[in-house]
Amino acid sequence: MVQTIAAIGLPIDETLMIQKNRLIPKSGVTDSKKRISIVTGTHGDELEGQYVCYELQRRINENYDCLTGTVDIYPALNPLGIDSITRGIPGFDLDMNRLFPGSENGSMPEYIASKIVNELKGSTAVIDIHASNIFLREIPQVRINELSRDTLVPLAKKLNVDYIWVHSSATVLESTLAYSLNVIGTPTLVVEMGVGMRITKEYGDQLVDGIFALMKELGIWSGEVIEPKQPIISEDGEVSFINATKSGVFVPSVEHWKNVKKGDHIGDILNPLTGEINEKINAETDGIVFTLREYPIVSEGSLIARILA
Amino acid sequence: MEEKTLFELSSVYRKNMRIKGYIFGNGEHSACIVGATRGNEVQQVYICSRLVNILEQLERKGKICSGKSIMVVPSVNSYSMNIGKRFWSTDNTDINRMFPGYDLGETTQRIADGLFRNVNDYKYGIQFASFYMQGSFIPHVRMMKTGLEDIELAKDFGLPYVFRRDVRPYDTTTLNYNWQIWETKAFSVYTDATDTINTDTAAEAVNAVLSFLKKQGIIEYNCHEGYISKLIEGHELVNVKTGTAGFFIRRAEVNSRVNQGDLLAEIVDPYSGRTIDKILSPVNGIVFFHAAQPVIYAHTPLYRIIPTDDLI
Repeated sequence: MVQTIAAIGLPIDETLMIQKNRLIPKSGVTDSKKRISIVTGTHGDELEGQYVCYELQRRINENYDCLTGTVDIYPALNPLGIDSITRGIPGFDLDMNRLFPGSENGSMPEYIASKIVNELKGSTAVIDIHASNIFLREIPQVRINELSRDTLVPLAKKLNVDYIWVHSSATVLESTLAYSLNVIGTPTLVVEMGVGMRITKEYGDQLVDGIFALMKELGIWSGEVIEPKQPIISEDGEVSFINATKSGVFVPSVEHWKNVKKGDHIGDILNPLTGEINEKINAETDGIVFTLREYPIVSEGSLIARILA
Repeated sequence: MEEKTLFELSSVYRKNMRIKGYIFGNGEHSACIVGATRGNEVQQVYICSRLVNILEQLERKGKICSGKSIMVVPSVNSYSMNIGKRFWSTDNTDINRMFPGYDLGETTQRIADGLFRNVNDYKYGIQFASFYMQGSFIPHVRMMKTGLEDIELAKDFGLPYVFRRDVRPYDTTTLNYNWQIWETKAFSVYTDATDTINTDTAAEAVNAVLSFLKKQGIIEYNCHEGYISKLIEGHELVNVKTGTAGFFIRRAEVNSRVNQGDLLAEIVDPYSGRTIDKILSPVNGIVFFHAAQPVIYAHTPLYRIIPTDDLI
């Protein structure tokens, strides 16, 4: 059942709508109040979650009798952004994930943010799916603020991701959807996977497997599920960052999600005008490359890779 | 005047971006003035250019006080201004959400660091900032309620109002906030323009800064000292929103006095030309801010009014 949770008039003959599709068990199956909410499309250039929303519903519909709780699917928290290939909210150039919990009496973006929080509040679990950005490729991972570690790590382990990154708390992150929900007692997991403006079907399928496993754990699904992968769990200190020190064109010489040894060649930053190599980049530690630069043009400081020691 | 390159960023495709500081006087780092951190803050760069011009004249006349120095940084983001973008030219991040910066971090963190390490030991920090929505303000000094703000000092700018609001989480990465944390007395000065030049309000801002510098004993300068500023708290302003989208036809301007029930704006249907909503003032007061978009979404704040007890 498609429902509109917020509607805002646009100037010329259009209404902006934030919509969800609610799937509920067939009558008589259960009176469970358990509810999982799948949200994505906060950043208009992150599309990996679009496939997940589709595939999750396709599989539920194939075995609808196994649904024992409510599944709410929100494919587009920022529909204008997705439609216009804009990361932020068009017209405002604001990062929607810095506006939560929003305000009923605030501007249009703040109003929408408050409606979203209001709808998601009380979910048994929320999965907030992101797709990095156009610059970086990420393996399927869950990122957890250290303040919510005890509640969220057990849930994240069910999601069939490769990696769980427990990161330190930062004041600026208090404006995110996940923080705003976790702080009011609605467990919310942030998934990062793939790359902006693309869909990596393999990752989407992997995550959907995990969502079913989590739904079963929560009593929302009674069908067969996979045994989730054992993710690597790490904290900030175990992650090293490689940033460009020169600008140019980055060409990698390693594959994503592969082990490297200290000194291994990660890639080169090339100068297409002079034919020179501006910078040779080598690994500074043993580990596994879980983030890798996807967009070739780099400036000083551009993130090239993250390595998990 | 000394021109100093504070930070330089190389590019394969463009000339290096340089953040330049213009330094007047010698000695104690007394006041630092920062203009645009975003590419559309044209008015902010213009104001700084006027200050550079005037401070150079004052320095020639020996009117920078002994043992005091002032630095003006007109732009932190010339790359974006040169291509007509508000945020960083490649990844669209906001430099004014990257402070205090990080010299080993991402590009805009490095830019923020490159500026901040050059300005974090000034006694007074003044930033010409801009609002995320198109609109006009009564010129004012804006401060965050960090516990470190100095309202009485802010009144030395002689602008009509000092506006104080609560800190939000994203504010903690702004230049103003980090200046305060590093014990600089920090002020954000807003005029009524961003991506256009208004020479009148720019002159008002220049005068406000010069008046402030004079009152702190940093320059010798005879000028009109402006207003006795009034403090307004963020929660005191009355927000007037529209529930209807359409053409926004403004009927009340910034700084105008309005009475309860006065017409502030009309919302007009873009196809039929019919007035579909009339926005009335809910209070007696003075228009502090109005939006400036020709077409508006529903739920858009159109006006912010300082309520008054006018019985006239």
